[in-house]
Order: sequence, then C-alpha cells, then structure tokens
Amino acid sequence: MELLAFGDTGWGDELFRATLMTIAVSITAMLIGFSFAAIFTPLKLSKFKSLNLIANIYTTVIRGVPELLVIYLFFFGGSGAIMFVASMFGYKDYIEINAFVTGSFAIGIISGAYSTEVFRGAIQSIDKGQFEAAKVLGFSKFKQFYKIVLPQMLRLAIPNLSNVWQITLKDTSLISVTGLVEIMRQSYIAAGSTRDPLFFYSFAAILYLLLTFISMKLINKLEVKYSRGY
Amino acid sequence: MDFELMINSFPKLLNAAVVTLKLLSVSLIVGLFIGLLFAILRLNKNIFINKFAYGYSYVFRGTPLLVQIFIIYFGLGQIESLRSSFLWVILKEPYWCAIIAFALNTGAYTSEILRSAFQTIKPGIIEAGKSLGISNKIIFYKVQIPIGIRQSLPAYGNEIILMLKGTSLASTVTLMDLTGVAKYIISTTFKPIEVFIVAGGIYLFMTFIIHNVIKFLEKKYSY
Repeated sequence: MELLAFGDTGWGDELFRATLMTIAVSITAMLIGFSFAAIFTPLKLSKFKSLNLIANIYTTVIRGVPELLVIYLFFFGGSGAIMFVASMFGYKDYIEINAFVTGSFAIGIISGAYSTEVFRGAIQSIDKGQFEAAKVLGFSKFKQFYKIVLPQMLRLAIPNLSNVWQITLKDTSLISVTGLVEIMRQSYIAAGSTRDPLFFYSFAAILYLLLTFISMKLINKLEVKYSRGY
Repeated sequence: MDFELMINSFPKLLNAAVVTLKLLSVSLIVGLFIGLLFAILRLNKNIFINKFAYGYSYVFRGTPLLVQIFIIYFGLGQIESLRSSFLWVILKEPYWCAIIAFALNTGAYTSEILRSAFQTIKPGIIEAGKSLGISNKIIFYKVQIPIGIRQSLPAYGNEIILMLKGTSLASTVTLMDLTGVAKYIISTTFKPIEVFIVAGGIYLFMTFIIHNVIKFLEKKYSY
C-alpha cells in the first residue's frame, strides 16, 4: 500500500494525475470523433454515390485496420504532415506536435468512424413520417434537424454511443506507446522503477474498471433522460 | 510516394501477416471453448457460479487488452512459485503470453455473445423437444447449441475482426507480427504513409475475407 502513497514516497499522486490524463484524452478524442461523425454521417446518408463512397472508405479503413497501426501513422507521420503543410506557407523550421494532440487525434479518428456508424443507424431508424410531418408543417431544414431529428436520434444513439465511449476509453491505453503519460505509461514507469509490474498493472486494470463502471452509471442516467415519454 | 519501398516491404509484411494469422487462429479456437464454458456457467441457476462467470466477463471486457497482456507477460513472472513450476516454460515465451491474453479476452466477449444467443432461443422450441420426451442434455446439444451458434454468427464475425485488430498488440511484447514489422520498417525508413498503406491493405484484405466467410456461413445456416 505504501507504493500508492501520495508525495515523494509513493506513486499515488502520479497515478492520480495519469488517470486525469486518460480521462482528458478520452473526452478530447470522443469530441474529435463527434466532429468527424458530423462531417461523415451526412455524407453517408447523401443521395450522391461519390459522397457515400468517401464516407464508406473512411469507416471501412479505420474499422478494419488495428488502432495501433493508426497511432504509429500519426506518431511517425504527424509532424511530417504538419511540416509539409507549413512549408507550403514558407515556414521551414522543425515543428514538433505534442503527444497529447497526436494521441487524441489518432484515437479521435478511430472513435469518429464508430460514431458515424452509430449516428447513421440512429437517423435511419427514425420513422419516415417524422420527416414528412416536419416538411408538411413547413419547418426549415435546420429546424427540422434541431427539433425533430436530433432529439429522436439521441435517444436511439445513446446506448450505442456508450459502447463507442468504452472502446475509446480503452483505446487510450495504446497512446502509451507514444510516451504520453496516462495510466498505462505511468504504470509502466512505476513498474520499471519498483520492479513490481504485477501490482502496478493490476492497479491500472482496477483504475480502468473504475472508469468504465462510473461512466456506465452516468450514461445510464442520460439514457433515462432522453427516453422520457417512451 | 516511395513505391520502391512499398514493393520491397510487401514480402516482409506478408510474412509477418502469417504470424498474425497464427496468433489469431490459436487464440480464437481456445477463446471459443472458454466462451462456451462461461456462457454455460452464466446460464447456471447457482448464484455463485453465475456471478463468477459474470465477473470474469466484466473484468476482461472493462479493461484494455494492453493491460491484460502486460499483467500476464510482465506481472506473472514476478510470482516465485510460478517461476519454479512447469508453467514457466509457457509463461516465459511472449508468444504464449500473448495467446493466453487474447484467448481470455476473446473468451469473455464470446461468452456474452453466446449467452445472449442461447437466451433468445424461443422457449417453444425447447418445450417441443421436451414434449417429444427428449432428455435435457440432448436438447442442449442437438437443439440449443446449433440454433445458438447460428444466432451468434453475425456478432461473432465482428468479434473475429476485433480480435484480428487486437493481435496487433502482440508487437508490444516483442513479437514481430504484422504491426510489429510495420513499426520496425517505419522507424528505420521514416516513411509512415507508404508502410501504413501496405500493412493496412493486408489487414483490410484479411477483414474482407473474414467478413465474406461469415456472410457465407450465415446464408448457409439460415432457416
């Protein structure tokens, strides 16, 4: 237990900070994922075949390729790509992006592919009559989406989004390979310097379990909130 | 685009894909047995057995696969009694550690898939078997299991693809699977995009094959 003490003698405060880092990366990645989903879900539902194709390539490739490979692509290719863009504007110096940005972006793109599928499924299962009724009542496109589609979609999407959240949360453990100090990386450091990997990795497992457990409880509350009236 | 690198790295990555496939197939076979066992335990009426099976699947589904591999590969070696036992022959090899972790992980997911498939079997079918005077055991083997397997095919297909992606974590415990070799080539040549296209293409090809095999089986066993 003294291994977990706060302060200089133990790893408690380090692990606590690492847990906050994991939460921060997960939330950032989830939000980046939502913005990707906001772009690609309309493309998926569009009438144009070419737009469908673009969105399908995105979701198929990301869901068919291991997360670790995507992270390596961003980790090794991220600064290169940014520097290439910067060089077009005449900026020639070396640019390094920090591990937090690379990591949340990589996980965000993965999470976005899953969210896109969830939103597509949710919108498609809304009754056709709802769209027609909105049209008949003369709702504008924006109002139709905001007042009719979104509330119904959220109710249908939340159970599946909670799965996406779980996947995203667990995927953040992979960012440890880029050196970002989250739960996994901190446990690795602690295990290395105390030679007690069994304890620290088991503790990491407990931290992840705790995070999934608490987030499940919170999401269940949301689910109840959005299924009022059903 | 460095096409020469892409062509040169292709055979190396293809060889590594064989390692990936080996890891995948062994852990899937072991995982299927674990999954079936725990699905049956979940349906048991004894509350302790039931809770134990639920706890297993909850823990393995609630923690990242990376943690599970690290506990087995780095953690278990710390236990003195384990190091002196015959199990050490297996546990000192990263290959077997990875397979144990993958099998336990996929076993947890498979048990959930099979359990829900068993539970959705219409009670009328089982009652029909009972009224024909067939024993519970034979109903289980001849009726519940075949129908359950058919019901769980789509979900199990997804699980196979998730597991295929999961095997990439073997590279974190020094195994040179497809992702491991890809990372090695990237870090020596600093050409991430080219290597990603080739390695990702091989992964996508494998997912494509798995997807279609499952689709074929679904059609074959549909009723």
